Amino acid sequence: MADTQEIQPADQAGSAGGADGSGPNPRFALRNKVKSGEGRLAARLIAPAVILMLAVIGYPVVTAVWSSLHLDKADAGLNPQGFFEVGGKWVGFKYYTYWFHCGSTCVPGTTGHDFYPAIGQTLLFTGATVFFEVILGMIFALMMNGTYKGRGLVRAVILVPWAIPTAVTAQLWKFMFDYQGILNKVLHTNIVWLGNTGTARAAVVIADVWKTTPFIALLLLAGLQVIPADIYESARVDGATAWQRFRQITLPLVKPALLVAVLFRILDVLRIYDLPQILTGGANGTTTLSILVVRELRSSPNNASALSTITFVLIFVVAFLLVKVMGVNVVQTEARGAKK
Amino acid sequence: MTAVAEHTGNLTSPHEFPPTRRGIKWNVVGRYVGIVFIILWCLLPFYWMAVVSFRQVGYTFDSTPWPTHVTFSNFTAAFDTSKNHFGRALINSIIIGTVTTAVAMVVGVFTAYALARLQFRGKFFVLGLILAAAMFPGVALLTPLFKLFTQLHLLGTYEALIIPYIAFALPLSIYTLTSFFSEMPWELEQAAKVDGATPGQAFRLVIFPLCAPGLFTTAILVFLACWNEFLLASVLPNGKASVAPVTYAIASFTGSDPKVIPYTSIMAAGVVVTIPLVIVVLLFQRRIVSGLTAGGVKG
Amino acid sequence: MRHTKIAAIAGIAVASMVLAACGGGSGKSGSGGGSTDPSNSRGPITFVQGKDTSGIIPAITKLWNDAHPDEKVTVVQQTDQADQQHDDLVQHFQTKDAGYDVVLVDVIWTAEFAAKGYLVPLKGSYALPTTGLLPATVKAATYAGTLYAAPETSDGGLLYYRKDLVPTPPTTWDEMIADCKKATAGMGCYAGQFSQYEGLTVNAAEAINSAGGVIVKDDGKTPDIDTDAAKKGLDFLVNGFKQGYIPKAAITYQEEQSRAAFQSGQLLFLRNWPYVYNHLSNDGDSKVKGKFGVAPLPGLTGPGASSLGGHSAAISAYSDHKQTALEFLKFIDSEEAQKTFLNVGSLAPVLASTYSDPTLVAKFPYLPTLLKGIQNAVPRPVTPFYPKVTQAIEQNVYTALQGKTTVDTAVKNIQSAIQTAAGG
Repeated sequence: MADTQEIQPADQAGSAGGADGSGPNPRFALRNKVKSGEGRLAARLIAPAVILMLAVIGYPVVTAVWSSLHLDKADAGLNPQGFFEVGGKWVGFKYYTYWFHCGSTCVPGTTGHDFYPAIGQTLLFTGATVFFEVILGMIFALMMNGTYKGRGLVRAVILVPWAIPTAVTAQLWKFMFDYQGILNKVLHTNIVWLGNTGTARAAVVIADVWKTTPFIALLLLAGLQVIPADIYESARVDGATAWQRFRQITLPLVKPALLVAVLFRILDVLRIYDLPQILTGGANGTTTLSILVVRELRSSPNNASALSTITFVLIFVVAFLLVKVMGVNVVQTEARGAKK
Repeated sequence: MTAVAEHTGNLTSPHEFPPTRRGIKWNVVGRYVGIVFIILWCLLPFYWMAVVSFRQVGYTFDSTPWPTHVTFSNFTAAFDTSKNHFGRALINSIIIGTVTTAVAMVVGVFTAYALARLQFRGKFFVLGLILAAAMFPGVALLTPLFKLFTQLHLLGTYEALIIPYIAFALPLSIYTLTSFFSEMPWELEQAAKVDGATPGQAFRLVIFPLCAPGLFTTAILVFLACWNEFLLASVLPNGKASVAPVTYAIASFTGSDPKVIPYTSIMAAGVVVTIPLVIVVLLFQRRIVSGLTAGGVKG
Repeated sequence: MRHTKIAAIAGIAVASMVLAACGGGSGKSGSGGGSTDPSNSRGPITFVQGKDTSGIIPAITKLWNDAHPDEKVTVVQQTDQADQQHDDLVQHFQTKDAGYDVVLVDVIWTAEFAAKGYLVPLKGSYALPTTGLLPATVKAATYAGTLYAAPETSDGGLLYYRKDLVPTPPTTWDEMIADCKKATAGMGCYAGQFSQYEGLTVNAAEAINSAGGVIVKDDGKTPDIDTDAAKKGLDFLVNGFKQGYIPKAAITYQEEQSRAAFQSGQLLFLRNWPYVYNHLSNDGDSKVKGKFGVAPLPGLTGPGASSLGGHSAAISAYSDHKQTALEFLKFIDSEEAQKTFLNVGSLAPVLASTYSDPTLVAKFPYLPTLLKGIQNAVPRPVTPFYPKVTQAIEQNVYTALQGKTTVDTAVKNIQSAIQTAAGG
């Protein structure tokens, strides 16, 4: 490792400068020539992934959307013998209006009543968990990236929460948050953790942050490691403090990796199901959109499909805003290069 | 560059809080406080899991914070083939995870290479399409997938899990890989091409070694996602112990009655699946860290 | 863009091939449905049930297979979780899977599956004799006047009490509340299962039924919960939290947490299922060994009405071996099988005579009390809209228990939610 450091080419500083937006980078010039045949090659390379995703995700999504526009057998009413009438007739957007309309008029105890709260709670969980996960993940990544005695141990330790299957993690935290559980015992408290809105939500956030921070840490670590060493050194020579170096060097350079990590975390938390379901069953203000989907799935699958589609659109909007506002763009360098 | 001499021992991570003249001790103290915090935060719940996993089932609700009523019976029960198929499930998880990771990486690398490297119209449409695949609630895909695999007569086979896992792993792996590839020094590849290498050779011989760390990071992400997945795993094996992965096996652990949550055996299973995984990931980790540094430097 | 279009078209082509394959595939497996001649529908069968927690499967299959070497039963085990078992059954019914012959259904699923046409009605050539079975278990397996399943095992709530502190168990709520002062310091008085899940519906239904109320009328779709009796029942639980005779932690209790509380000596009275009995007597950390007794649940003015638990066995409409399946159902309700369920699996029988067998009573001392409980038991609403009904009860009762809404509002909401659910 050390010897490769020595052959450090001047180009590296140049590439970092390019990422900063200052100065042209010769490597981009090559890309501006769009060669004939690249498009065909691209199509061939992309085809397997796209075909696979269309078949395994696209097809179920299309069937779900299709069924959300048709009457579910379970909503078709009973005939005099007590059997459900045949479903399947076209109902247009009836199921969609159920969610948006019923959300404000239906009585508590119906899925429709929980629609707007579920959106709020899902967004709340998303904001809270991603916020803490990014902060902790950054600390973890910096720690994993350091050189010190026992670094190997720290790296192993950080990965432990992530290696435990979520279903086990959820049971573990439920067991710990129990009134007679270890947390109350150790903290000498008598908190009914899972029986109040505030603490139940906190429990979900804590469990999720504990579980998933390593994911962000690992992606950030990968991002940190491509940051060239000499930038730090010159900054330090210039008298920059550790915080300044972090703010002005680490953060901007790790941004692409951070944004990919944050984007996918957000997509995941917006669909969170296992953790709150096992911890609270959705009680005490922890019903997420996915929990609501499952609840409706047991009564009226087509109506649940409508809710899934709404969730999909909501996530799409959030992702779109993220990409636009935060500039999440994995081909950023290239796009910038093309402009120059 | 005088600074380099000052911390040559620190070359693999030169930016890690280099000591400054006035605050050397504080940095060291801060680091060790951080380390202690991380170890406590990550390990205390795991510690409790381990303690419970060694506790006799009749003392499940004993909340003494250190090991008491120690027994191995939860572990032997987990591997008792007359009750569970946990050992088989571990093998299944490894098979499913490995195949999924291998295929997803190959497919992902193709796609990411095209996205990062090739100029073609509709690139952002493709990027959007790939991202959109990670947006539909997974819980709502279960029933359609069950029907799909029933009709393809694949229910209860490895394929029934591997195929969807690959598809679900692709968005994240394509995005991370594309992000990595965008940072690669492609002019080296160009140079190789000028020297007469085919595009395939140029990629394999020049770029691949440089992006190995990115590949390893992504591979770990994919493998762990498979390892952790529960929803599909609970449905698509169709109850066949010969293909069901660990998450399914753990959900099938039972107490003396369906109402009993067998905490002690679940925790034992958690310990069993975690430790080998951490060791494997740790081995990969070494590759990531060393490889990445090398790659970054050459860049 | 042209090339991405090609990719997209290729993808759609694959998807449509898949769709075509679906169309072709479903025809074949559909043959299991319809009315095949019963006399021809014999052969090996599968019996689909949740994970075998009690080791009952080998015993039961041996009994059957020894007597039916040409029509052996194979047991398909689902996971240990009721929701997943339900979803697994639905998925297989929807694909008209002939691989599921006899399915074990939770008492609360029978109506839903029957109304969707998934189960073979047990009438005409499929008639199943029900003499000797406990009436509540038969009622729970009956939908729209037709029997759809053979009761397999039963379950009922029991009142566990600390006989070292309360020598005579209470028979009414008032008596029980009066007994609360006998609790030692730091001990809660009463708890059941009050977390927001199916167990809360069980507990709420017991409170309502024990006060003479009902939730849904016998037609399975008309709610009738907005009554004084139902409110009085719920008041018992709501006041418990308000006045403190139910500890506040009970709002998170499922079966296991409430058992842990009683087992560690923190409760004077506990409502729970019979499975708890063995744990209290034998678990290493039990502080109540030899100090507890069981009694029927108390009610408003006399003994209360337990909710009915347990499972029934039904024949899938898509089975190819329905006649064998019917015989298997009869076998399940035979005295031999019923005794095996109890003896090997500690599962409460559905055959009344089993409860008076002296050797079994010696082994399971709670049997006479349980019999009283099940004889008085009321099934939870037998309605095809059960998921919505139970959700309405769980959520509204839960907020009432937390004091966030009044009992009055809660029952009005439940009434209205069930009305909407049933399309009324």
